[in-house]
This record gives sequence, C-alpha cells and structure tokens, in this order.
Amino acid sequence: MAILTVQKVSKYYEKKKVLDDVSFSLEKGEILVIIGASGSGKSTLLRCINQLEKIDEGNIIIQEQKMIREVKKGKPIYEKKDKLEKMNLSCGMVFQNFNLFPHLSILENITKAPMTVLKQDRKTAEQIANQLLIKMGIENKSDQYPCTLSGGQQQRVSIARALAIRPEIIFMDEPTSALDPELIGEVLKVIEELAKEKRTMVIVTHEIGLAEEIADRVIFMDQGKIIEEGTPQEVIGNPKQKRTREFLTRYQKKQLRFGDGS
Amino acid sequence: MLEKMNIDQLLNLVKLLGSGMGTTLQIFFLTMLFAIPFGIIIALAKNSKNKIVAGITKLYILLIRGTPLMLQIIFVYFGPYYLCQITYDRFTAIIIAFVLNYAAYFAEIFRTGINSIPKGQEEAAFTLGMKKSQIFFSIQLPQVIKRILPAMSNEVISLTKTTSLAQIIGVTEMFALAQKQASFQFSIIPLCVAGVFYLIMCGVVTLAFHQAEKKLDYYKIV
Repeated sequence: MAILTVQKVSKYYEKKKVLDDVSFSLEKGEILVIIGASGSGKSTLLRCINQLEKIDEGNIIIQEQKMIREVKKGKPIYEKKDKLEKMNLSCGMVFQNFNLFPHLSILENITKAPMTVLKQDRKTAEQIANQLLIKMGIENKSDQYPCTLSGGQQQRVSIARALAIRPEIIFMDEPTSALDPELIGEVLKVIEELAKEKRTMVIVTHEIGLAEEIADRVIFMDQGKIIEEGTPQEVIGNPKQKRTREFLTRYQKKQLRFGDGS
Repeated sequence: MLEKMNIDQLLNLVKLLGSGMGTTLQIFFLTMLFAIPFGIIIALAKNSKNKIVAGITKLYILLIRGTPLMLQIIFVYFGPYYLCQITYDRFTAIIIAFVLNYAAYFAEIFRTGINSIPKGQEEAAFTLGMKKSQIFFSIQLPQVIKRILPAMSNEVISLTKTTSLAQIIGVTEMFALAQKQASFQFSIIPLCVAGVFYLIMCGVVTLAFHQAEKKLDYYKIV
C-alpha cells in the first residue's frame, strides 16, 4: 500500500499550467528524488503535497486519506480542517532557505512545534531535540541562535526540526541549493544518514550525485510534467527521453566548468 | 519674574502641575493599553484577503491620518450630542478619540512589521503543524516587536506631548494647569516647569525603548 499517492494533479498560476497531470506514488521506506531545471514545477509539487499551495485538479492521498473530498463544478473541495491538519503532521518539510525562527535558540526551534502541536512537555521535547542534534552533529549549538550558525549548520537544524514532529514522510526542497559549496557535504552526509535508516523521503535537488547515491527512484520533471521515471540507473545512467538527456548534459557541463559541488 | 519666585512657590507649582500629571499619565497609559491591541486588529484587517474588510480599514486609516486629532476629539465628544442629544463623560471621550487616532498610526507600523517577517517562517511553522494563531503569537509577533521598536518609540514619544490636546474639551491635564498658572501669575515659569515634566516623561519613554531594543539585540532577523 502506497503511503503517498499523487493522482493527476494540475495547478495553474493565472493561466500558466505549472503542474500538468502529475501522478506518482511512494511506498513506505522509499526514497524518491525529483530532478529537473528551475521552473519545472518540482518545488510547486512539494508545496502542494505540504498544503502550502492549492491544487486545481486531481487528488493527493497520504496514508489512505484523500486531500480533496469532492469536485464541485470542476473545482476541488478540500477535506475538513482536522483531517488536513493530520495529513500535514505526517509530512515534514525542509526548505531551501532553512526558514529557522531567528528569535528562538536552536533547541527552542526544534522543541517549539512538539510542545505546541504534539503537547509534549518541555523535558521530553528537549530530550528528543538533543538526541536529534547529536545525530546532526551539532549538539554543542543548542543554546545559540540561528544567526550565529553557518548555512550548513542551519540546514541541519531545520532537518532536526522537521524530524521532531515524527513525520511519516520527509520532504526536502532543494536542501543544498542555498549553501556555499564547501558546506554542501555536511548536509548531504546527514541526508545519507537518514537514507540508511530507511526513512520515507522525497527530495527535490540539483545534486545529481545525491540522486544516484540514495534514490530508490528518480523522477525527471520538465514544464510541469513528469517526463521520465525509474531507478537512478535508468533515468540518470541511461535516460530514454531526449529532454532528460539534454538536462543531464547541461548539468554535466556545468559540473565540468564549476567543479563538483559536493 | 524668576527673582520673584521663591523655592516654596516653585514647589507649590510643581505640586500643582504634578496633580495634573495624573490625568496626563492616565490618558497616556489608557491610550497605549487600548490602541496597541486595536492597532494589531486593524493591521491584520488591512492585510486581510477579504476586500471589503481591507477596504474599510484603508478608509479608516485615511480618515484618521488625514484629519487633525483636535477635530477628532471634538467630533467624538460633540458628535453624539448633535446627532442624538447624547452627552457623556469628557474623559471617556478623550480616551476614545486618542485610541481611535493612535491605533491607526500603530496599525501602519504593525503592518509593515508583520509584512517584513519572511514568509518562509510562516510556511515552516505551518508544515510543523502550528495553527495560525500559534504562528502569529509565538513566531511572528516577537519578531515584529523587535522590528517596530524604533518606529513605535517615535509615536509613543509624540503621544506623551499630544496628551495636552485633552484640554480642548475641558479635560484638565498638566498643560492646562500650567497655562492657567502662567496667565494667573503672569509668568513663563509654569510653562517651563511643564516643559520639564514633558522632558522627563519623554526621557523615561526613550530609556524604556532603548532598554527593550537592547534586550532584543540577542538575535538578528534575516
């Protein structure tokens, strides 16, 4: 049984179709990596699953719970608030720009949601947070504030923060794109660590290397459509579609010019 | 005039004006107490996606900021009388007029503060399962406060002095007493003493804001 199913999802910005009939599903423990050029709709897709954007057609099913209850006059009607909230809680999201809360310490950044949303008491929440920080290799930063941390450290905190609400699926939206090249490695290491634990993850990335290394499945998107889908060997190693090949060649040229980021 | 006034007279004057400070401070604190939450509501309403709500607040802010407070005070007190012969307490009228006026100015400050907080934080909090009110009060508001302190200190400092307008509908605050004494004693000294009172008030306000800014200096908003 799939833990996440995206069914024929389309989305428009004004008249422009940014998601065009996108369908895929995800099994528990599976790692899906979505690649594609900027503006191909990858981030929008993640944002739709995380309810940050509304979809115009189709449906999203998380743990057998549908997001769209019915379609009225061609418009999708979203489920009731409590059901949506529950779905939202089973998804954790890591953003490109970390989006840490600057007025809260690293520890508070992680414990805020568990305490307010999951009603954990401070002691439990802090214990869990400290364990997560150890896992991220930044246990000595818990009393500091985000502005004193490097980008790589901030991103690791934001991963810990997403994990603290114990989501079933972790979504990462270009988790290394805002980082200086020398800091990408430390974040990739943490993501690989999570992959080893068999966490269910959907990662949007430009790091083709990461896709090759940890993905069970790779999706290539272009102009709001899924162009190609398969194992990393298939999609990256031996792409069938012309557009995928073009994208990968472009990417490799860039790598040759600028050196490998990781 | 100065040589004619001895220490006792000066002390009496300070005492007299000090008694007027009670009313001045009441106007000041009550305005702050009500105008801040009301200002937050107006700020949120102006940010609202509902066009009617946003439109009404826009008009409100335009009316308040576009007309003098003196006119508003007179309107709030005499308006009900002209319209339906209702009279009520003058002090209450002053508080209503001040709150309506300052809330509009505060609202614009709050709104720019709220809009300056990166949207990504709200989104992150949302994906963590936090509700709108939780996001507002525990994520956005603390940062908004830090952002708006300098602009707020300007408005609050102006409020300390604007309290003197209360006398136009006969609410006797400190400055009204000072003016009376000045003409009664034919002396400029009561006005000077009033000036010192205002300076002290503004000094305290400035210090308080400075302390608050220092206290919130432990983090940077990116």
